[in-house]
Amino acid sequence: MTRKIVLLLIIGVLFLPFLPLLIWSFAQGWYFPQLVPDWTLQNWSDLLTTSTKVGQGFGQSLVIAATSTGLALLVGLPAGRALGLRNFPGKGAIKLFLLLPIIVSPLATLMGIQFILIRLGLSGTIIGVVLVHLLPTIPYMTLVLSSVYANFDPDYEIQARSLGASPIQVLQQITLPLIAPGVVVGALFAFLISWNEFLLTFFVGSGRVFTLPMVLFTALQGGNTGLSSAIAITSLLPALIFLLFSSRALNDDAAIGGLGNV
Amino acid sequence: MSAKSGRWKGRWKGRWKEHWKEHWKGRWKDEWKWRWEDLNPTFQAYLLLLPAVSIVGLLFGGGLLLALGQSIGLIGIMGDGSLSLAAYQQVLSSRAFWQSLQLSLYIAIVATALSTFLSIGLAVMLQRAGRWASFACQLTLPIPHLVGIAGILLLLSPSGLLSRVLFSLGLIASDQNFPLLVNDRANLGVLIHFVWKEVPFITLILLAVLRGIQPELGMQARALGAGPWQCFWHVTLPLLKPGIISASLIVFGFVFGSFEVPFLLGSTTPKTLPILVYEAFTNVDLNQRSVAIALGLMLSLISMTSIAIYLWLGSEKPFGRWFGRSWEAQNKT
Repeated sequence: MTRKIVLLLIIGVLFLPFLPLLIWSFAQGWYFPQLVPDWTLQNWSDLLTTSTKVGQGFGQSLVIAATSTGLALLVGLPAGRALGLRNFPGKGAIKLFLLLPIIVSPLATLMGIQFILIRLGLSGTIIGVVLVHLLPTIPYMTLVLSSVYANFDPDYEIQARSLGASPIQVLQQITLPLIAPGVVVGALFAFLISWNEFLLTFFVGSGRVFTLPMVLFTALQGGNTGLSSAIAITSLLPALIFLLFSSRALNDDAAIGGLGNV
Repeated sequence: MSAKSGRWKGRWKGRWKEHWKEHWKGRWKDEWKWRWEDLNPTFQAYLLLLPAVSIVGLLFGGGLLLALGQSIGLIGIMGDGSLSLAAYQQVLSSRAFWQSLQLSLYIAIVATALSTFLSIGLAVMLQRAGRWASFACQLTLPIPHLVGIAGILLLLSPSGLLSRVLFSLGLIASDQNFPLLVNDRANLGVLIHFVWKEVPFITLILLAVLRGIQPELGMQARALGAGPWQCFWHVTLPLLKPGIISASLIVFGFVFGSFEVPFLLGSTTPKTLPILVYEAFTNVDLNQRSVAIALGLMLSLISMTSIAIYLWLGSEKPFGRWFGRSWEAQNKT
């Protein structure tokens, strides 16, 4: 019983910061010490105007997150397979190496990459931003997929091969269906990391790539609390979809366990 | 005449093409198959890892090298191609750097320790709770840091929601009486934000590890007379250790290098290291660019060093695990 109360309390505390955001997004001049504001829909209708850049930010965030997730998936699948199914000398060192970009502060790296991007004319472009978003997405994707593969039995593949299936048939009909749930978790994870990313976009975007976090950051500094709250809640959209679709998959310990084994 | 020879040529070309197609069709495939499946399994694994490792190496390693080149004046806008350690001298001799380093380490250590301890407790508690509870506790996991920052600002600032509630309950006389929790000298707001955001992350990882532990181990300990506390201390905790180490390592690295959280929620002076980097980087004086990069490199170096120390302290056989000689032993467990 006490356990349940403590748990409810913790969940309540975790929810707490969302409460003022929700209220503020519908509030009009909510001054201290009012507990309840005058309600308005103004902030939400402001989101639709082009001057707030929310629509543009939403689109750019979507393109960048989808592209970097796709690319991370492409290189993460073979790498995850090697780390999940094989043992070889230097495995621990390679794992640690792949983890470096998410543990070590990316600031110096970013300034170095920016140097090249400027010369390639990619600074402040979506391509440049996608490129640096690969820094955190590839490691997370590889780790999640490595534990997905660790729970995958390659004997199914061997059996299918011996029954005459071609390598491509095996991939399409055996391997991919079996690892699909884990791949979905990894892809959602990578998508969210890219969607939520602020610092990398901030440094490489040069103020020209306006993802949703950039829009929110500008709004927060601008001081329009109602509008900022509405933007903040809008940027939660993929997170909510993530929670809805992965509520089962997140409990799939196989996929997340990979992060606990680095 | 010319038309005839053209036709002949065309026909010859077609047959020649067909011939080569026929010749290579089977062979090309066989050759490839022979190559992949007869490869040394170790070599296969390296090939599978090659794309990921080379992209990360190119971006991360390449970025670091370019940064190093810029910081010592070998390349860049201001560099004249001659080696100079002026940027490092400027960084190391400034008081602001040492103060910021202290602050960054303080925030990272306290936030990581607090989140880890709370997460261990929460994970053990959630282990036997229903799935809904573990789901609800993952709530803050996919939330952007900026949204958390906005929420905590609106909740804990002197005119925030909490302060209003306390005021209407008559517990404080004005917003002046509300304790300063954001942009305060002790960086409480930053710590609160990180605990709020990282506890679900660590808990999720630890829960996955906990569920993988065979319950028989605990039962056996209990059957042999261990109390619940002893059982936790001697059975569960040692088994959780790898999970705890890797989760807190990721959190420490992230918090230490985080920019937006201390920028918006933290104290105005001193500033954390990433903010110092940002200010030098956006300075109108382009000479500050190399200082920014030198600072950034120091930041990377410090986080790599602390990771090494952390791993070394955490493993029973320091470093053996990371450099592969014990991979066979690891595989057996």
